[in-house]
Amino acid sequence: MINIFWCDVAHELQWLPARETFVGVAAMSALKNRIESVLEEPACGKNQAKDAKDRKKGCAKPLTPGAAAGGCAFDGAKISLQPITDVAHLVHGPIACEGNSWDSRHALSSGPMLYRTGFTTDMNELDVIYGGEKKLFRAIREIIEKHNPPAIFVYQTCVAAMIGDDIEAVCKAAREKFGKPIIPINVPGFAGSKNLGAKLAGEALLDYVIGTEEPETTTPYDIAIIAEFNVAGDLWAAKPLLDRLGIRILANISGDARYHDIACAHRAKAAMMVCSKAMINVARKLEERYGIPYFEGSFYGISDTSEALRQIAKLLVQKGAPEELLARTEALIADEEARVWQRLQPYKERLKGKRVLLFTGGVKSWSVVSALQEVGMVITGTSMRKSTAEDRERVVEIMGTDAHMFDEMPPREMYRILKDSQADIMLSGGRSQFVALKAKTPWLDINQERHVAYAGYEGLLNLVQEIDRAIYNPIWAQVRKAAPWEGSND
Amino acid sequence: MAVIIHPKKSCAVNPLKMSQPIGASLAFLGIDKSLPLLHGSQGCTAFGLVLFVRHFREAIPMQTTAMNEVTTILGGLDNLEQAILNIYNRAKPDVIGICSTGLTETKGDDVDGYIRLIRSRHPELDEVALVHVPTPDYSGAFQDGWGKAVTRIVEAMCEPKPRTAWQVNVLPGCHMTAADIEEIREIIESFGLYPIIAPDLSGSLDGHIPESFLPTTIGGAKAAEIRNMGGSAITIAIGEQMRWAAEALQAKTGVPYRLFDRLTGLEANDEFLSFLAEVSLTEVPAKYRRQRSQLVDAMLDGHFYFGGKKVALGAEPDLMWQLGSWLTEMGCEIEAAVTTTSSVLLERFPADEVVIGDLEDLENRALGCDLLITHSQGRQAAERLDMPFFRYGLPLFDRLGAAHKLSVGYRGTRGLIFEIGNIFIEHLPHAHPGEWRLPGENHASPETRH
Repeated sequence: MINIFWCDVAHELQWLPARETFVGVAAMSALKNRIESVLEEPACGKNQAKDAKDRKKGCAKPLTPGAAAGGCAFDGAKISLQPITDVAHLVHGPIACEGNSWDSRHALSSGPMLYRTGFTTDMNELDVIYGGEKKLFRAIREIIEKHNPPAIFVYQTCVAAMIGDDIEAVCKAAREKFGKPIIPINVPGFAGSKNLGAKLAGEALLDYVIGTEEPETTTPYDIAIIAEFNVAGDLWAAKPLLDRLGIRILANISGDARYHDIACAHRAKAAMMVCSKAMINVARKLEERYGIPYFEGSFYGISDTSEALRQIAKLLVQKGAPEELLARTEALIADEEARVWQRLQPYKERLKGKRVLLFTGGVKSWSVVSALQEVGMVITGTSMRKSTAEDRERVVEIMGTDAHMFDEMPPREMYRILKDSQADIMLSGGRSQFVALKAKTPWLDINQERHVAYAGYEGLLNLVQEIDRAIYNPIWAQVRKAAPWEGSND
Repeated sequence: MAVIIHPKKSCAVNPLKMSQPIGASLAFLGIDKSLPLLHGSQGCTAFGLVLFVRHFREAIPMQTTAMNEVTTILGGLDNLEQAILNIYNRAKPDVIGICSTGLTETKGDDVDGYIRLIRSRHPELDEVALVHVPTPDYSGAFQDGWGKAVTRIVEAMCEPKPRTAWQVNVLPGCHMTAADIEEIREIIESFGLYPIIAPDLSGSLDGHIPESFLPTTIGGAKAAEIRNMGGSAITIAIGEQMRWAAEALQAKTGVPYRLFDRLTGLEANDEFLSFLAEVSLTEVPAKYRRQRSQLVDAMLDGHFYFGGKKVALGAEPDLMWQLGSWLTEMGCEIEAAVTTTSSVLLERFPADEVVIGDLEDLENRALGCDLLITHSQGRQAAERLDMPFFRYGLPLFDRLGAAHKLSVGYRGTRGLIFEIGNIFIEHLPHAHPGEWRLPGENHASPETRH
């Protein structure tokens, strides 16, 4: 049956490049070069601090077999690009890569829902033996026939890469055949970490998408935001502020984005880089290629949100926007800060002195710290995983000491700290939530799987409300009490 | 009698299926002091781990050999050795379950050979069971991975032992929840029998609060108990996926087996309890006579709402068989049946067709049905179809209590009648005045209304 199936489309595929064993090897070494170039990222603070030898080793920490945690490069690429809502995201590989993980994040859309559909070639044994290129091509055609999306992103995976499936060639053939962008995202999982995957995803956008379309109109107030994924609607918590200032998000990479937005990103006047490590290469290359200045900022917390607005206004004015924008920005900041402080007042009383253990990384290690200190909470520890030297400096700057920074904390140690009541709440990602809950300690999700937006002034209010709800929930008193027939020491 | 359909499409849309290695990993998560180790890139583990965390709402111990491009090409011996040693030094587990992946199977790593080599180099590992399961991602599905893992566990760990008349083995399929296993244990114990259940998710992933935090599973079937399975009077296998494991155990230890393809439904449980009465030489306890009578009453009360209802069902073969057969016994018609992998049950399934496909296939065939049943990933389809949706199977990430959903035994079946029956009641059609017009009368149609 499979053979008949193949003949069926054979005539269409004649112009696919002949399948030769070295094709895969060539694709692999191209990938290797790309990885090296990404790892030498000059704008990366962490990278610059290294000597030549260390830099060559790349920024991916060598993984320890049997003691590793975290996703693969494919995972990172998918997370970074899937929030583009009108694109079909097609995973070329066996069922594991898409089947085990699809539709599991809360990057929200204000319109198209196609991004939440899981597409995969679901490679079987025969595909592995005979090669999956033809199947991939047919899969692309099926998606176009059923959904006709503005673009299809094709994700490479380990098995397809190993057997030498050349997704770049298939995408090129499909692009010519169907006359629409079919974008290869050449990021097999074994290439490295999630972070590397995010960077390679950024490279794919730079190579194939950004600069390929033109916006209908442009204004002096057009910006791009990089590495904001609209988790739980974060973008929508910050956007009204920009709207009020007349600033237009020409392209948000990639939360709630449309393909066309990303393709037009090169026309932005200025850019904000949100998550400092995920897509720094995109920010730098936008500047290099299109002269778009950028800054690194965050929408978490009151002062960070205000600072981000200031920076955006400043860069836009530098690029020719009328200078009055600066004054309007200051006025809006003053109004909104006053408004949010007023609404935070009741929580300040309740949360003053409450101790927080923060287990996250990167930009959040400092942006959330300052946000929580603003309402009077005490940070007992913040993890510096995935953080740059700059991130560390900011933590010291904000906290006045580096005494509370830690790199890794094994779950057992974390459990002990919480069990000994050395913190009133832990803020972390979903993976460590049960360490806190089993230690009967309040916990709040601050990573991708949450359902509440924490960005902007409104977001901080949300965060504080959530912390208050968690700490003051009446269950804690009951669940910490031992059963009447057990000893009192729990 | 169903025709089995393999849709001719190249692109799976909205997968129903999950991969073998994580099915195998879940089996190891049902063993005490055990740690599943996926031999693949770290993403292979991360995806499965996140899936289980969301489903069980528990910390999930799972590790990876963290293969990269170079180690894949050179072979994974060093990574496997390092991983096993790191796990051993850090966690001192009784069992390490090594599940291969598409990556290492495509490369062709000789894991059994590696393990022999590692054992010869590290005598300190003598006490640790290193169980290898070949589970390429590109063949089979979740339940196949589970079945293979249990087969390998009994092959690797069980030996013939002197028989104990009141000791029975239970090999539950991956479609049994913690609550199901708990119920099965209770039923068997009430006949005065001692069950050894492996894997046992009711010990490890049932949502209890452990005393301390360990990097392995806490609870589940104990390695020492598994080693005793060779001394049982009989093995009870639950779900067709467990046939190989039961046969392997029989071949290795001589313990005969009886396979129950489901434990949901009146007759299915009559058969199960009669069997237990026979094995234990005792009467069926009063408690279960009463539960049987309650189930019969629930069937009488509930059948009004089930009769003639059309159901679209997407699940792995054993789960589909368990629920679909029972729904048919209650008077429903399975209008659309989609599953993940082949099984001898498929052609016996009470539907016209069984599709080995994805949730797009289910959605396309579900039009006109009264109820959609599949795991949580069916939520988008249910919304688009505007159809009542009963979440069933794994993963259940958008509801609480996945581990405590009970559908076996008289009591579990009774619960299902209430749960699904209430959905039908909630969506009973309401008549309106224009519903029964005589032939020729059509003033309600838009053309003639004005």
